[in-house]
Amino acid sequence: MTRYTSATDQDRERMLAKIGVASVEELFEDVPESVRLGRPLELPDGKPEAEVYERLSALAARNAHAEREVSFLGAGMYDHYVPAIVDSICQRSEFLTPYTPYQPEISQGGLQAMFEYQTAICELTGMPVSNASLYEGPSSVASAGYLAKLETGRRRFVVSRGLHPHSRETLETYSVGYGTEVVEVPLDEGVTDATALAETVDDETAAVFLQYPNFFGAIEDLATLAPVAKSTGAVLVVSVDAPTLGILKPPGELGADVVVGEGQPLGNRLDFGGPSFGFFAAREQYLRRMPGRIAGETTDVDGRRGFVLTLQTREQHIRREKATSNICTSQALNALAGAIYLSWLGRQGIVELGSLMAQRTAYARERLASLAGVELLHRRPVVREFALRLEAPVAAVLRRCAERGVNAGYPLGADYPEHADGLLVAITEQSSRADIDLLADTLGAAVAAEREHRAVRA
Amino acid sequence: MNRPMQRPPADASAPTPMQREPTITIFEKSHEGRRAAYLPEAGVPERPLSELIPGELLRGEAPGLPEISEPEIVRHYNRISRRNFDLDSGFYPLGSCTMKHNPKVNERVAALPGHARLHPLTPSERAQGALELMWLLQRSLVEICGLPHVSLQPSAGAHGELAGLLLTRAYHADRGEHRTKVLTPDTAHGTNPATVTMAGYEVVKVASDERGGIDVDDLRAKADDDVACLMLTNPNTLGLFDERISEIAEIVHGTGATLYYDGANLNAVMGISRPGDMGFDIVHVNLHKSFSQPHGGGGPGAGPIAVSDRIEPYLPRPQVVRGEQENGGPPMFRLDFDRPKSIGRLRGFQGNFGVFVRSYAYILSLGGDGLKEASETAVLNANYLLALMKDGRAGRYLPVAFDRLCKHEFVLSGAKAKRDLGVKTLDVAKRLLDFGFHPPTVYFPLLVDEALMVEPTETETAEMLDAFAEAVEEILAEAEEHPEVARSAPYTTPVRRLDEVAATKRPVVRQPL
Amino acid sequence: MADESYPEDLLYHPEHDWARIDGEEATFGITWYAQETLGEVVFFDPPEVGASVTGGESYSEVESVKAVSDVIAPLSGEVTHVNEAVSETPELINEDPYDAGWLVKVKLSSPAERDNLLDVAAYKAQLELGE
Repeated sequence: MTRYTSATDQDRERMLAKIGVASVEELFEDVPESVRLGRPLELPDGKPEAEVYERLSALAARNAHAEREVSFLGAGMYDHYVPAIVDSICQRSEFLTPYTPYQPEISQGGLQAMFEYQTAICELTGMPVSNASLYEGPSSVASAGYLAKLETGRRRFVVSRGLHPHSRETLETYSVGYGTEVVEVPLDEGVTDATALAETVDDETAAVFLQYPNFFGAIEDLATLAPVAKSTGAVLVVSVDAPTLGILKPPGELGADVVVGEGQPLGNRLDFGGPSFGFFAAREQYLRRMPGRIAGETTDVDGRRGFVLTLQTREQHIRREKATSNICTSQALNALAGAIYLSWLGRQGIVELGSLMAQRTAYARERLASLAGVELLHRRPVVREFALRLEAPVAAVLRRCAERGVNAGYPLGADYPEHADGLLVAITEQSSRADIDLLADTLGAAVAAEREHRAVRA
Repeated sequence: MNRPMQRPPADASAPTPMQREPTITIFEKSHEGRRAAYLPEAGVPERPLSELIPGELLRGEAPGLPEISEPEIVRHYNRISRRNFDLDSGFYPLGSCTMKHNPKVNERVAALPGHARLHPLTPSERAQGALELMWLLQRSLVEICGLPHVSLQPSAGAHGELAGLLLTRAYHADRGEHRTKVLTPDTAHGTNPATVTMAGYEVVKVASDERGGIDVDDLRAKADDDVACLMLTNPNTLGLFDERISEIAEIVHGTGATLYYDGANLNAVMGISRPGDMGFDIVHVNLHKSFSQPHGGGGPGAGPIAVSDRIEPYLPRPQVVRGEQENGGPPMFRLDFDRPKSIGRLRGFQGNFGVFVRSYAYILSLGGDGLKEASETAVLNANYLLALMKDGRAGRYLPVAFDRLCKHEFVLSGAKAKRDLGVKTLDVAKRLLDFGFHPPTVYFPLLVDEALMVEPTETETAEMLDAFAEAVEEILAEAEEHPEVARSAPYTTPVRRLDEVAATKRPVVRQPL
Repeated sequence: MADESYPEDLLYHPEHDWARIDGEEATFGITWYAQETLGEVVFFDPPEVGASVTGGESYSEVESVKAVSDVIAPLSGEVTHVNEAVSETPELINEDPYDAGWLVKVKLSSPAERDNLLDVAAYKAQLELGE
């Protein structure tokens, strides 16, 4: 079905005459017969807009989304409230429909937004420079690895087991190309084992990767770990959960060289995992090695303030095989949502959000840990996420909770076989006390039922 | 007349209202004590933070985010948004970027809470709609690309390229081979060579022949047993279909290497010729180009890959698969992690799902015949505009680099304009801004001196193409008399030419607070 | 910007680099043509003093806003000085490519390599051929 085009038969005739061919088919005469499809595509016929809406709406209806259940699922993406101004501004065609600002004279809106975004990320992470965003969290971790490899010429990455499993796996995937190896440092009672880290870091270590707070929600003691990680000249990469930085000391003040993270919690939808954005901030000395776009301030010929994409010789379209990254299209609109969100939260709001999550999490952690058959997986300080150990099969418990409209969290077993009984619970400002109480009741009942079930069978 | 701007000023003597408007950042609008967000009360017994978090890890000073009210945030962004040119407002013939219309219904369906508020770790049985949508998109791309397997995971074209080369590496390694080189044509997108290095290979450039295609003799000379892959765009970045594609595929496959299709230019051949039928093993598709995802000022996009049977075992994990139920119930969709030969993850979770929703809506809207019609119209529009630009001054000063039928885009050379008028491609591009057009891609491909790469797409009217050609004609006529006008253009944009040298020498990449 | 010139006392590498030989030491830089093609130089990343350079191979890069160019060592040797002024003020390369805009001084390891280089007439002939 023709859609979104304007050419009428009359138009076509006029255009073909100008070109000097008799038919549209003639325009394809350079496509050899042997590589032509020669039949219609086997796809359903085009549908009117209302039917398209209906079809996709029916698919959407089959998903148990966050408006349908009380959810404590986190593990890297979180159901924070996305304020209406984010949608309204991001849907403006001036932000939604242009491409990368290659022509700065007519792209000042996007460039200024990038500049402001970079400033906000620097403030949040405590780092002096930031790029204008990357794809998302784990691939940003891998990009930091490439920077470290280029910077140090070394071929070994040391990662904490508390780094998000997706980040570790992505780093491994990229490392096959980079020619680097990935070595893991175990956890000790929920946080990176400092002694093991000291033993693992060596003269061949290009980078050390820590997560703050880590995958189990525990706040890593960066003040202690950073000097150990950097003792042999490795680049310290810290992946952070951005909303916790309202109350946590920023990694920039604790020795981090590169700070990356998943931008979804900053004003982006869950969207079943994307699109979101990855942030990437660094010490000034790495500015010319950073991946991705960077906006910079300058003036025009009449002295007016303006913004441009700067340090472009780093990038693939200029430096080609020597580029600091292959990234081209990134996630500008998602980063814009992040910048709007950070302005909406503001200087006070970001602190209040962190504090609110810490209070509710402390409450939830205490309540859940007091349930029979439930105990803490670690006792380290946390901000918004914590891990439990269940004395009942986790999958079965989660199913029982789901039947009562509660998504109790993320089962740790698939990523951490040593924690097959583990459950990761996340809190946002959308998890009210009533929700937490409901979780406690539901989880308590589910664990009890499963234990009873098991006892009966035994 | 369809011209966005009639006779724009030829100097800067009368600044426009927007030029007179001062540039103020949101940080400069900040006033202590103002706020937009009001969060809920904790509602639980509160304790001092220092009891919850060790003092040495507590933040001393709040981050310097703006302090500003909601109406002022809205005004700020609305004001700066007007300093952007965008596709919904005008013609955007940016070559290689496929700036086609972004259907509004796509935004509506992507925003449904069942999509937008679905957590990526929701158990499969409660995310059946999302997984089915992904599966349906995979099947659609299988048919469009002519290759039997698809992974939706890569986040953009360059990410798909990296996937493709890591797949190539895994494929060769599995056969006990260690190959070191990847061939790319001299017309390749910069992402190709950059990806080659990231994937641990050495770039070997293949020359172009006099018709703008691959120089097959040069290819033959370079295609040895060390070659892991040839990366190709077809039609290529000159907008030309490589007629010798089957021969090229045969040479590459003869050495045991893989053939990679950079799908940036797929919008020319949907429903007409499929990469799989041309002999490609791996294809990436830019959903933000051919499949109408808005470009967002530089993303988000998505770069799914389609592959042949021999590459399939190595696809990234997880893969969306469909399983029949034993009890005869409806098929169940799930994420398959059990892929022992997989190259692993390229990113977190399952990919840019929100982009998948939009592109699937687009495919549903057009259907198979609609996609073909889109490609046909894109090629018709490009050839029509090219025909217009062969006339008059454009034909004289900006001749087409390779004079043959083009596909969805074409490349002009501004070398004559530079020599005869003293007006560079950059100047023509900047003067087009005054006429209300987004310029074509400039200075790419590198093969063409002073290149202008023009891609009108299928969603433009013939009148718009007429207007664009007229504007170029007018700019060149003006340059014959007053070349300095173009050299100092633009005059009417929110800011004029910017000092990129200063921005690079002394980079200011954040606001000092 | 400087006017086009190619001093008689220099030897030239075909990739638009020059050497001024003084006994066992030489000074390297890029030619007027190279800086003109590149545009205003915004960044020069000097090698370390003590680094060895090989004739015909790249030892550094110079960058303009939209281009990067390898800098080729006309001769082999060890870097004894780098021009710090150029790192600070890279446009010196444009303003004075043969004097203030020099890049490195090198203690030559195989001075006989000079026979591979072009004299000014040969280099100019190459430039004319290219145009």
